[in-house]
Amino acid sequence: MFRKLALSSAVVLGLAGSAFAAGEGGHVEDFDFSFEGPFGAFDQAQLQRGLQVFTEVCSACHGLRYVPLRSLGDEGGPHFSEDEVRAYAAQNFEIFDAELDDYRPATPTDHFPVNDGVGAPDLSLMAKARAGFHGPYGTGLNQLFKGMGGAEYIASILTGYTGEEKVEAGTTFYENTAFSTGWIAMAPPLMGEDVEYADGHSNALDHEAQDVAAFLMWAAEPKMMARKQAGFTGVIFLVILASLLYLTNKRLWRPIKHKL
Amino acid sequence: MSGIPHDHYEPKTSGERWLHKRLPIVGLLVDTIMIPTPKNLNWMWIWGIILTFCLALQIITGIVLVMHYTPHVDMAFASVEHIMRDVNGGYMLRYLHANGASLFFVAVYLHIFRGLYYGSYKSPREVTWIVGMLIYLCMMGTAFMGYVLPWGQMSFWGATVITGLFGAIPFVGEALQTWLLGGPAVDNATLNRFFSLHYLLPFVIAALVAVHIWAFHTTGNNNPTGVEVRRGSKAEAEKDTVPFWPYYVIKDVFALAVILAVFWAIVGFMPNYLGHPDNYLEANPLSTPAHIVPEWYFLPFYAILRAFTSEVWVVQIASFVTGGIVDAKFFGVLAMFGAIIAMALAPWLDTSSVRSGKYRPQFKWWFWLLVIDFIALMWLGAMPAEEPYASFSLIGAAYWFGYFFVILPLLGVFEKPLPQPATIEEDFESHYGKSSTKTPAE
Repeated sequence: MFRKLALSSAVVLGLAGSAFAAGEGGHVEDFDFSFEGPFGAFDQAQLQRGLQVFTEVCSACHGLRYVPLRSLGDEGGPHFSEDEVRAYAAQNFEIFDAELDDYRPATPTDHFPVNDGVGAPDLSLMAKARAGFHGPYGTGLNQLFKGMGGAEYIASILTGYTGEEKVEAGTTFYENTAFSTGWIAMAPPLMGEDVEYADGHSNALDHEAQDVAAFLMWAAEPKMMARKQAGFTGVIFLVILASLLYLTNKRLWRPIKHKL
Repeated sequence: MSGIPHDHYEPKTSGERWLHKRLPIVGLLVDTIMIPTPKNLNWMWIWGIILTFCLALQIITGIVLVMHYTPHVDMAFASVEHIMRDVNGGYMLRYLHANGASLFFVAVYLHIFRGLYYGSYKSPREVTWIVGMLIYLCMMGTAFMGYVLPWGQMSFWGATVITGLFGAIPFVGEALQTWLLGGPAVDNATLNRFFSLHYLLPFVIAALVAVHIWAFHTTGNNNPTGVEVRRGSKAEAEKDTVPFWPYYVIKDVFALAVILAVFWAIVGFMPNYLGHPDNYLEANPLSTPAHIVPEWYFLPFYAILRAFTSEVWVVQIASFVTGGIVDAKFFGVLAMFGAIIAMALAPWLDTSSVRSGKYRPQFKWWFWLLVIDFIALMWLGAMPAEEPYASFSLIGAAYWFGYFFVILPLLGVFEKPLPQPATIEEDFESHYGKSSTKTPAE
């Protein structure tokens, strides 16, 4: 009888979890990312391409204040060599140094710079601050296989422009099928062929959008691969432990339950 | 200590005798762990151990998290990201702690509903029940304040809404709210005191847990039949019980391993499932989220809070009678706390002499309806405050109070209970289909 209770609680957890995320409008396309599911992993080449899109396009207006530049060299991320990280930091960003009272080239020990010049939100955690999926039936359980859908949300926004514009109170809004209200203040940042990939990968709009979305997913959850591995190891360990305890328990109770 | 007769700890070596004379701590621990426990306990009696584990998990992960966390409005959010990115294993610590709170509440709700079904709250276990309710209240306070610490959007706005409840109290409300917050609005003073209390309350809970265990070790455990262990002699008691160690320790640890496997999978593969995406945005007092939703474990009571709007006739009567002192907001607050108080009063509201719901044919139906009601309220609490959810919430809230204040008192009078087994031994043996014939050797 109480099994029912346990079962229904599980359902409730699902309902409650999903209800949190509910209430967003807009259509989020279900892109197929390599990092989805319990065994999903980041695609190192894709993260590197996404970093390029971010650097050449997004970073004009958006910051990544919580992401240390050195983490670009981390395993499970873009995994650049130490020299590449140093070169990337120095070439692309200038940091205001209070000791020098002046700007200097960024080093791997710095974070990506804060960028709130035009009021664009910081993107460090954007891929976790937006939920793309709430299914099946609003339980949100498909997160297990698809992730939170934050990367999908970002890619959908980048590819969701219809080309329509309107001006309201002096601000231009652009129609976007993925945005909750349908009209977004950000001008279309990507047109396709905005960057030239060194690895010769297609730079069509949806490829660029997915690459930068994948990169931002990594930026928001840089330890995802280590976490999934810890999850897998832990579950295997606990399943074995539970099996042994099951047998121990059964044997322990046998004389009590079946005494002759 | 009275209770079920059993063998007590006897110091054997001279060293043990030396210590026992001065501080009988070994005896206390041995007698606690060897406590005679009804041998017919089912799988719903595992939650106590799960809860103890949760408390330990939260305290241990919490202490380590504190080593890296900064309770300041300008630094709290960044320090959590520091934990997630720079601290060794910090992402696991934080996800374990955040999801550990959810496991804690899953377990406590199953534990409470176990108690409600099997009448564990009834005489002589009222004190155990009341202490349990105090633990539950402390858990809610701890969880609420803990959710504020990452200083995300939901942290900030959740704190604003919940502390606003105190502002609804007539006359003193506003002053009380300011005193609680340490200022006119949720700010650094609030964050600091919540941090301090979030660290303190778990130790209060630990102390209450010790009292909780003390209380039910004095009365003995309840069991699925609700029939008491025979206490005439040690031999008689041994027919109804087994020592807690090793029988229930192994059983409970097995259950813990199974539950932890699921828990670990959630932490490893979908750690943000039960969180709110908005909490990955730093708190911004100038931007209110579209929907402010509490954590899932508060939703049933949040639904009750919101159910009593100014259109409800009970609220209008209360407002009229008190000359407007009790308005809809204050009524909602009273209803929310009243819903928990109703639960705490169950030992005195339930008039039935039969303890276990197993032998109460009508009670069963009302009980399962209460479970459904609780789940429905949880769902409604997450829905926007509009029709038809508001009306459903009102029906759900009405049933919650009806169950405790009308159904429980009346059922005891009108219900005809089913026959109960005479002893726990009889129940246990009927379950395992054993013949009662004794072997001659016995």
